[in-house]
Amino acid sequence: MIELTIDGINTRAPEGTTVLEAAREMGIVIPTLCYHEGLSPYGACRVCIVEVVKDGGSSLEASCILPVEEGQVILTNSEKVSKTRRVIMELLVSSCPNSKTLQDMAANMGINKVRFKIKDRGCILCGLCVRYCKEQMQSGGIGFVGRGTSRKVATAFDITPEECRNCGGCEWICPVCERACTAGSLVDGLCGGCQNLAPVETCPVCVGCSESVGPHGHRVY
Amino acid sequence: MKRLRSVAELEKLRARVARQRDPNRICIVTSVGTCGLARDADGVAQAISRTLSDLGLADTVDFRTTGCQGFCEIEPVVVIYPQRIVYQHVTPVDVPKIISESVVGGKVIKKLLYVDPSTGEKVTREQDIPFYSKQNRLVLDSNRLVDPHSIDDYLAIGGYSAVSKALFDMEPMEIIDEIRQAGLRGRGGGGFPTARKWEACRSAPSLDGVRYVICNADEGDPGAYMDRSLLEGNPHSVIEGMTIGAYAIGSHDGYVYVRHEYPLAVANLGIALEQAREYSLLGENILGSGFDFDIKISRGGGAFICGESTALMASLEGKIGEPRPKHVHTVTSGLNGKPSNLNNVETWANVPLIINNGADWYSGIGTEASKGTKIFSLVGKINNTGLVEVPMGITLREIIYDIGGGIPDGKRFKAVQTGGPSGGCIPESLIDLPVDFDRLTEAGSMMGSGGMIVMDEDTCMVDIARYFVKFLTEESCGKCVPCREGLDRMLDILVDITEGRGREEDIELLEELGVVIREASLCALGGTAPNPVLSTIRYFRDEYEAHIRDGRCPAGVCKALITFTIDEDKCTGCRVCARECPQAAISGEKKLLHTIDQDKCIKCGLCRDSCKFDAVTIS
Repeated sequence: MIELTIDGINTRAPEGTTVLEAAREMGIVIPTLCYHEGLSPYGACRVCIVEVVKDGGSSLEASCILPVEEGQVILTNSEKVSKTRRVIMELLVSSCPNSKTLQDMAANMGINKVRFKIKDRGCILCGLCVRYCKEQMQSGGIGFVGRGTSRKVATAFDITPEECRNCGGCEWICPVCERACTAGSLVDGLCGGCQNLAPVETCPVCVGCSESVGPHGHRVY
Repeated sequence: MKRLRSVAELEKLRARVARQRDPNRICIVTSVGTCGLARDADGVAQAISRTLSDLGLADTVDFRTTGCQGFCEIEPVVVIYPQRIVYQHVTPVDVPKIISESVVGGKVIKKLLYVDPSTGEKVTREQDIPFYSKQNRLVLDSNRLVDPHSIDDYLAIGGYSAVSKALFDMEPMEIIDEIRQAGLRGRGGGGFPTARKWEACRSAPSLDGVRYVICNADEGDPGAYMDRSLLEGNPHSVIEGMTIGAYAIGSHDGYVYVRHEYPLAVANLGIALEQAREYSLLGENILGSGFDFDIKISRGGGAFICGESTALMASLEGKIGEPRPKHVHTVTSGLNGKPSNLNNVETWANVPLIINNGADWYSGIGTEASKGTKIFSLVGKINNTGLVEVPMGITLREIIYDIGGGIPDGKRFKAVQTGGPSGGCIPESLIDLPVDFDRLTEAGSMMGSGGMIVMDEDTCMVDIARYFVKFLTEESCGKCVPCREGLDRMLDILVDITEGRGREEDIELLEELGVVIREASLCALGGTAPNPVLSTIRYFRDEYEAHIRDGRCPAGVCKALITFTIDEDKCTGCRVCARECPQAAISGEKKLLHTIDQDKCIKCGLCRDSCKFDAVTIS
């Protein structure tokens, strides 16, 4: 067993586990997007970043791919972590504003404005579908094409390959298509439909749809 | 060629090669590296060999083509040994005259001599040119002495003696200790101690004993080409360094990952590998030592990210070139999951020097923590464009003014960008900064692979930041969010500022976003990508503010913020600008004041460049 400290609490975790797994085991909430228990960790979305304190300094690491180490000191919700995580979340929302998963996460983090240009790419390139297809369905019918902002998930040569069995797993696991936000109009990059008490045209009746509302009801950010 | 089965046979061959060469014989040298070829060095070389045979001098005068010798500004260059008389900007037409007057007649052709821009004096001998005389060319100097297609040339200057010393007189750990004492740090940018890497790779467990040594020749920085010049000009020095490294690490398989865009480097390296194999300096049982090692060339498709170690190894495996987290280092599990040691071209080329001359000699050069020399490619607004090799710890001022000859056209120096696109801009106030790994990092830049782009007063720092961020946005692999989306949004903000749509809060937003990209990205590309933005904000914040608050580009570069007008006192009505204008935006009768129609003007600047009276002004 490896001994480490997470948020000031000493804990032990089996060798080979990640910091994310160890923290979740303790009941600590770390948001994730590209992580899935059944798939190999990928470390791309960076919302699960934690602060690793070492030698008088600290660095930010994605907890989903960070192996536990003896004597490690981890902060999962320090100021540095939450500030950075919020900017990453803003970037994610600005590149995929119609994802309810993302909008809810942004609301959870108390983001009340997206300061970046909205560029709806319809995909956050988390790679869940690619890994699901390859690792769970043993297919490998889809993969990444291109680099930088032209990177996309596609089949080879845009032809549906023989390997694809139309299982629909890629759609099922997608955090973006799974539940599309239908608010239609965005205020400062946020849909607000489920989050704001202020009347929004698409929501004639508030159904308290968001997980993030909590016991205090809605609140205008 | 004969296979060499022992050190004695190597030395016998070397002696025979040396006997054939008379240092006092006249030898014409011309460099046909990529920079020379771009200016018809090939035509010059052909003209020289044709003229020599026409005049029946082929047996009495030697002729050698080499790789890039470093001073790209004066290419194509012809040097006549033994005096080392150097002629610059030679065309095939000049060749008969050079041979008849200078080679045969012994006269110096004044017209073709180099003129020192600082003194205006003509310089006859190569070693007297300040550009060369103030450098310390440990690695690069051999480029002028060897034809990259001739292994005999390399043997004649003592080549492969380091390999024989390492294989027969040293234990692997002794080699690693020698490198450690020399203080060699990785020349690819990170500055990681080479010996520590080698030792970690050597001691990493490998079930079947397979370990790899890899040479990183995926040089992608705009304006940097020292690795290319080394591979083109002296590939054997890299092969020799890799063989020594492989022996020290216990590896038998080497790779050179080189850009496909470097066709000459690939070709010259291929020839060099073949020649080394024929002499048994590569392959099985090298020099009869029982040590086996061979090198394969792998050509990259030109993705900047493939210079990152894990992305490079993924690409070598035939996978998408994207980085993976480095919690397990590549020295433990790299290419094909085996311990792999990756070093840059220049690092490998330094290894034979250290083995031959000893750690004490090497560590005597440079500063406390950065030893040896470093090659920089000095480009941009500088008189002497070229590759310069200088000891670590030299100041930027010495590089730019003493070696580089200062800024052209009497302009004022403004900043220098070091470390390639993800380096930072260092302002004039820090021009006396000693150049080494740690001091550059402290100044918000980095050593990088050694690009050095000089900027003068006509450079807009916001525009420069925009240019580099655009490059990095396109070259990001796109895997992690901070780098892919963060750089893209950073570019949006910078474009807004340069086009006059900047907002007051943009500077703070850029700083905040820059820190997030630096801290949260997966690999070093994202980790260093905000440097050009953060360093220009740090040193040139006033320029950002001028763009945003006053809608003004102080350097007169950002097209949306400038207008071209004609000064009525200076305009002579010569019609030159009107003829040059592609938009026919300039009107005015001959000998009368001209005016620019701002609706038609596309701000190309041709009028300003063509006006002899400085009458076109930017406001």
